[in-house]
Amino acid sequence: MNIGTVIQSGIKEIGAHWFRSALTMFGVICGVASLITMAAFVKGKENLLRESLAQTGGLEKITLESEDDLPDYQKHLEGEAKGVTLKDVYALQSGAPMVHTVTPIINKRYPRVSRQGKGTRVSSLLGTWPSAVELLEHEIDHGRMFNAMEDHLGNNVCVIGTEVRNSLFGEYDEQGQPINPIGEKILINYLPFTIVGMFKEYMSDEDRKKKEEAIARGETIPSRNPFSRFRGGDRNAKRTQYIYYQKNSTVMVPLNTLVSKLDSSYESGSYLDRKLSQVTMKIHDVSLMSSSLQQVRNIVMRTHKGLEDFDFETQEEFADDINLAIHNERVSGMFIAGICLLVGGIGIVNIMLSSISERVREIGIRKSIGATTLDIFTQIITESVVLAMAGGILGLIVSPLLVNTLASFAEDTTPPVITSTAMTVAFAFSVVTGSLAGLFPAIKAAKLDPIQALRYD
Amino acid sequence: MALLELRDIHKTYHLGGETIRALDGVTLDIDPGEFISIIGPSGSGKSTLMHILGCLDSPTSGTLKLDDTMIHDASARQLATIRNKKIGFVFQFFNLLPKLTVRQNVELPMVYSGASNKERRERAMDALRLVNMEDRSKHRPSQLSGGQQQRTAIARALVNDPRIIFADEPTGNLDSNTGEMILQMFEKLQQEGRTVMLVTHDPEIAAVTPRRIEIRDGKIANEIDPKLAGVVPRFEQVFSKEPETAS
Repeated sequence: MNIGTVIQSGIKEIGAHWFRSALTMFGVICGVASLITMAAFVKGKENLLRESLAQTGGLEKITLESEDDLPDYQKHLEGEAKGVTLKDVYALQSGAPMVHTVTPIINKRYPRVSRQGKGTRVSSLLGTWPSAVELLEHEIDHGRMFNAMEDHLGNNVCVIGTEVRNSLFGEYDEQGQPINPIGEKILINYLPFTIVGMFKEYMSDEDRKKKEEAIARGETIPSRNPFSRFRGGDRNAKRTQYIYYQKNSTVMVPLNTLVSKLDSSYESGSYLDRKLSQVTMKIHDVSLMSSSLQQVRNIVMRTHKGLEDFDFETQEEFADDINLAIHNERVSGMFIAGICLLVGGIGIVNIMLSSISERVREIGIRKSIGATTLDIFTQIITESVVLAMAGGILGLIVSPLLVNTLASFAEDTTPPVITSTAMTVAFAFSVVTGSLAGLFPAIKAAKLDPIQALRYD
Repeated sequence: MALLELRDIHKTYHLGGETIRALDGVTLDIDPGEFISIIGPSGSGKSTLMHILGCLDSPTSGTLKLDDTMIHDASARQLATIRNKKIGFVFQFFNLLPKLTVRQNVELPMVYSGASNKERRERAMDALRLVNMEDRSKHRPSQLSGGQQQRTAIARALVNDPRIIFADEPTGNLDSNTGEMILQMFEKLQQEGRTVMLVTHDPEIAAVTPRRIEIRDGKIANEIDPKLAGVVPRFEQVFSKEPETAS
């Protein structure tokens, strides 16, 4: 008995009781759709987290931060704790061969940036060294990064993100060309700075594509600002854009300039003792992460005279956190989807049992004309699998609708991403459900005695 | 060379501690091309005999040979293949599948013997032509009269070119004219060289076959065989002694 014929008759059997079949399929549809929807939302969240991981630097990046909370046995030395300083940077540069591009960063949050009376508060003002471009995964699109000489001299130069340009200059000029603000002057905390460079506009691939298409059509669509919706702006801006927004809303100035000219908290004392927000560096070999950390720690312990007023943050920890969070969501989602499929499967068992008890005579007839036990088994299990597969396919069709509907209700969540893996897995699950559900009815049908079955009314 | 050879066939059932001897030592030879009827009241064991002959059931003891193959101890799978290739059934209630068309019903045995789609179609139409049903091939059984349904069932029994056709009360559900026509059809099939066995409780129907076997209490009570006796006794004489009461 060839499989094409079996499947054909399976489809016919389902079609003969289409309403009953549809009700049965509904369980599977729910299971498959919920599995895909769950996976899509988890994937969306995962993408957000991974993007933010990528946007803040790869795994080889480690960050040394000041830690105000000293261990208990050093509590009495709190007054001595200076946190991470430039001394550490120089010590690491000369004494830690396992790390490179050691870069100090002072981060001032929400400084006021203005031009011709038009002002805005940007996400962060970073006083740093030129190597920060590489470490913070920035790319210069126009102009250049300030150089070591400008840092040394404490020149009033800055490199801005596109969001800063958008707020101060606007994004496009009258001709619809993007404005290039290089050479213009802006005020940072009321101090004049010359723009020497501008970063690339960071956005998700999806948004970039949209924007390119729009530009190709000759339209100019303004960049979306996730905060503007509070002022009745773009309500579609979602949280994914937030990390890009933050990155776009950055101003970088030389560390020296920031410390000497913009720093109100700058106390008397050596420049070398100025507490840094963080020292960021890259390690040469990710596989030697723990020894590299140990080397950095040894050196910093020495410059700090044994005071543990610092802490490490590795991207690996971030990555682990992401994996754990995703794993947990996936497990709980799978559990729910699993229960849905189980319910769907029980529905199939039920309908197949009632279907074979209606068809005892048919089975008897088929056996009397030469169907083997295996033929009958195959027939019933095929029907069950076809039923589940049909439900699975419908579930695949329904799931994008469901995902979009849910996504439009939950505006603040990350945009869900339907993956082909999720679809494949969900569909495979529906097939497995169908075959497991068909097993018992198929065995029952195959074991029917043809004589009894023929007498049955 | 006998087509079917039964030697001392016993079949016992156990029903609630009670042993029922449905068949109690039946020995029988059936030659190719014979037209036979098995007659007996209900409960006589004739149905059990037909089931065993038709490979739907296995005997408790005794040997059964079909076409030189010992089949009394064949596996369920082997029996299914034998039913498919060597045996055709015609039932009292036609037993067509209501969801399939006439042609699909006739194709069904070939579905299990693994013929190609094209071959199935051609042979089904050939079989339907034999029973004059080729113009109804696309109808469903529910759209047919009883006689047409039974002709379809005969076409289905014929389609795999079996060695023997069993008909279990083939006219039991038909009016007498239609029943007559169906019986003529079996006669014709037999004249074309096929082996046909009718199972019935009705002596009038049994009268159409030259060889008649009467089963009572699981045993062959009476047999009329033109080969054995020089003179064929009148069938009616044999059976009219005891009026048929069973339905």
